[in-house]
Amino acid sequence: MTDIQINIHSKTYPAIEQAGHHTAIANLKLSLKSGEFICLVGPSGCGKTTLLNIIAGLDNDYEGEILVGLQHTHPKIGYIFQNPRLLPWRTVRENIELVLDSHQSPAIIDSLLEVMQLTHSQHVYPERLSLGMSRRVSIIRAFAVDPDVLLMDEPFVSLDAPTARQVRELLLKLWQERPHTVLFVTHDLREAIALADRLIFLSAAPMTVISEIIVPIPRTKRQNENAIEAFRQQLISDYPEIRRLL
Amino acid sequence: MPTLSLLAFLAVWQGLSVYLNSNTLPAPETVAKVFWQGCLTGQLPFHLGVTLLRLVVSFAIAMLLGCAIGIVLGRNKKLDAFFDNWLVIFLNVPALVTIILCYVWFGLIESAAILAVVINKLPNVIVTIREGTRTLDQDLLDMARCFHFSKRKTLVHVIWPQLHPFVMSATRSGLALIWKIILVVELLGRSNGMGYQLHLFFQLFDVAGILAYTIAFVTVIQLIELLILKPLDKKSQRWRR
Repeated sequence: MTDIQINIHSKTYPAIEQAGHHTAIANLKLSLKSGEFICLVGPSGCGKTTLLNIIAGLDNDYEGEILVGLQHTHPKIGYIFQNPRLLPWRTVRENIELVLDSHQSPAIIDSLLEVMQLTHSQHVYPERLSLGMSRRVSIIRAFAVDPDVLLMDEPFVSLDAPTARQVRELLLKLWQERPHTVLFVTHDLREAIALADRLIFLSAAPMTVISEIIVPIPRTKRQNENAIEAFRQQLISDYPEIRRLL
Repeated sequence: MPTLSLLAFLAVWQGLSVYLNSNTLPAPETVAKVFWQGCLTGQLPFHLGVTLLRLVVSFAIAMLLGCAIGIVLGRNKKLDAFFDNWLVIFLNVPALVTIILCYVWFGLIESAAILAVVINKLPNVIVTIREGTRTLDQDLLDMARCFHFSKRKTLVHVIWPQLHPFVMSATRSGLALIWKIILVVELLGRSNGMGYQLHLFFQLFDVAGILAYTIAFVTVIQLIELLILKPLDKKSQRWRR
């Protein structure tokens, strides 16, 4: 399993024409324990996606380091992007098959399709899917690689409430079946409380950690909207700086 | 509708040839006779076949090389900046100059003829594919990187489908360009093929022969479009709504 130490001194986007250079992240320190479900909460545009891209290894242009626990130098990463990023010229099933290693059995796809209720749409091209279905496909794709670290970038945005709740429950179910480290980006505090072991609040750009809070509500009581709402109220009154963020 | 417009074209041709009553514009009927004669003696199919073979070989080489170089230049800014001038130079060298130079440097041989055609076509393919490569969707490329796609997998499943429209456009313009150049190549330095025959007809002032060969060639190109390119287009578009 994988402990990850993230230590980013700075991440700056160079100036382009009129837009001056932009410091997205400054002095950000985070440590992730293996198997932990962490929600990153912060205002939109604060650099959360930039952080995920750095962790995923898509962006190497930053100062700082990311240390991964000794066993895995390259943890297997599953990334659920903000938009589904499916290949439009491949069917749902082909999109998922493509990310599998050659030694992985395709049986995992069948069971994931079944769980996400997409078995009937598996031979359809993505352009014919609704956004909710596309998102579920991208979630399946990230789970299919059997990741050590799962990165999720506001995956439930623009889903209608019942679908979002359903997909959220499926996500928790899959995570409990096979624990791995999850980094879940959101700006919905209720959603974060319902899902996370630990909440990490981030400031507006240049992004840095404001506070880390462990969610004390046991997993069995997370279905209870009142418990979540009560904890949310408590957070907002205890930490005025969090209220300013949201 | 297409049949009607074709008939109208033939009618105009017929009318003009009757009105002018000249050797330089034979009636469609005469041309058809010459065409049939050519088929019977095997002359026309032979020369047409030779030209088509050259077309296929030089087209294949130009497309393969052009796609490879185009993708590399589109993905690599430094190389692109270095070779950009070269491309402009090769794009602007007249076809006739490359043909003459190839024959002068390498002799009147088959490979020199093919090389001349390839050099004429290659810059066009490179520019088109390079343009396509620049418009590749970075989100999908990032996705492929994140999920550790191999180079081959990325090329086949992520890059190639996005380049397909550009490849088809390079193919269409390429066929049109190559078959015009190939006739000049044959006219100048080969002893068979359509270009050589046309040259012969020109010296004999045999307009009926020239037209018969032209019709044969246009028909073949139309068949390539209908039987190969159109179905390819259709197959690659099936994922669209």
